[in-house]
Amino acid sequence: MTIVNAIVQGIFLGAFYAVLACGLSIMFGVMRIINLAHGDIAVLGAYVVFVIVQSTGMSPFAAFIAALPVMIVLGYVLQLTILERSLKSGILTPLLATFGLSIVIQNLLLIRFSPDVRSLGGEAGAITTSSWQVTSGLSVSALGIVILVVAVVVFGALQLFLSRTRIGWMMRATAEDADAAELAGIDSRGMYARATALAVAIAALGGLFLAIRSVFDPLSGPTQLIFAFEAVVIGGMGNLWGTLLGGLALGVAQTVGAQVNPEYSALAGHLLFLAVLVLRYGGGRVSLRLAR
Amino acid sequence: MTLLRVEDLDCRYGLLQAVRGVSFEVAQGETVALIGANGAGKSTLLRAIAGAHRPHGGRVVFDGADVTSMPAHRHVSLGVALVPEGRRLFPSLTVEENLRVAEARRGRWNVQSVLEVFPLLQPRRHMAAANLSGGEQQAVAIGRALMSNPRVLLLDEVSLGLAPIVVDAVYRSLAGIISEGTTVLLVEQDLARALKVAGRVICVLEGRIVLEGEAASLDRDQVVNAYFGLKRPA
Repeated sequence: MTIVNAIVQGIFLGAFYAVLACGLSIMFGVMRIINLAHGDIAVLGAYVVFVIVQSTGMSPFAAFIAALPVMIVLGYVLQLTILERSLKSGILTPLLATFGLSIVIQNLLLIRFSPDVRSLGGEAGAITTSSWQVTSGLSVSALGIVILVVAVVVFGALQLFLSRTRIGWMMRATAEDADAAELAGIDSRGMYARATALAVAIAALGGLFLAIRSVFDPLSGPTQLIFAFEAVVIGGMGNLWGTLLGGLALGVAQTVGAQVNPEYSALAGHLLFLAVLVLRYGGGRVSLRLAR
Repeated sequence: MTLLRVEDLDCRYGLLQAVRGVSFEVAQGETVALIGANGAGKSTLLRAIAGAHRPHGGRVVFDGADVTSMPAHRHVSLGVALVPEGRRLFPSLTVEENLRVAEARRGRWNVQSVLEVFPLLQPRRHMAAANLSGGEQQAVAIGRALMSNPRVLLLDEVSLGLAPIVVDAVYRSLAGIISEGTTVLLVEQDLARALKVAGRVICVLEGRIVLEGEAASLDRDQVVNAYFGLKRPA
């Protein structure tokens, strides 16, 4: 029964990783940018929610809705200023630019919020503490189910957006051939900016879940980035459904590893990541695959 | 009435100068063929007119407006559409999606009317573009450009890599489009075909115009000389 419990808890944890990884996957799929500031953007999102909760007293979930426009504008501006310029100078420059951005965000957060560890678990109310005892060895937390459902809804909605809407087709067209997309009348800059805005908004959702399910501080970003990146790679780079499955696999690996020995939690995830790297990317090609 | 005017256009790739001081005009309703050997600068010229290559100097004027430094998608919304060399479809999108993403200006062309002109696409409508044959892909590429209801259609080597019988079919469809009054500027390697479809011919050699005239008034030797630069004007 303990192994079943470990797997169930792993799926909940993995759904959280999948939400964190979603934006990373979008930005890689559409623009071939590996955004090293993604974790910090998620943490920045958590702080934006935190500030709104502190000043208005509303629930973190409502505060997240209020924070969304801020994050979407931030995504647009980020793309049209830093990322667009860096994209013009080869594939290495965006990596360096987002690495720099990561450091800037961390330090701005340190200046504004001090290194204190924060959490929104208390403000979120009963949802953080309630759970159902299914059997003696298996309990299911309300928050875990919420995160899992939200993850499935987010990925499902993205899938529908990309496969059923004209803007979604235009985004895929731009991802596949930006030059040809321009010639077909598609504003590729606008598409890139939309994709980044979407990625930043979903990163903030990851930040919200981080803030509710555990704690965060200005330097939490890089750890989140590592887990998100591992989820993306395990699922196959540029493959949206793969990212969801990759997140779940990472979560399960970590909780099952922790079952063996609590010290092995992160290690088990890293081992899965390395195994996938060796098996799948022994010299393969990376492309944007979207299940139709 | 002049629809498109190219003035003293210079295009470069780094130190390489692909187009050198080219000027010409295309009138409303005309069909003009750009011919010349590989590397003469024809494709670069078309890409510059479509806004996909930022010229180093000179101007592109469309319908009285300077469009030289506008991004390509703005050209499309003004009515300039390029069928790029190599077709460049979006492989994971279906035929219909490839067409629909390029909807721009209102007019005669929509998914239905494009499928009527290219009936071979009708059964392929919901198939991914990656799974089409070369001729079908070329039909989608032309259809995609038509979807924006262009006032001038730029065609870059639409016969490249296609079987002769397929090229015939593509040109039959094009003849229909031309006869409806669409202005066309095309690049074609096949001299005979270019002379047949175009009203006027412009020969490009090493980035310069070396011969220009009515297709009917030019004899084949003149064009061949200009094509290979055998008798260069001193």
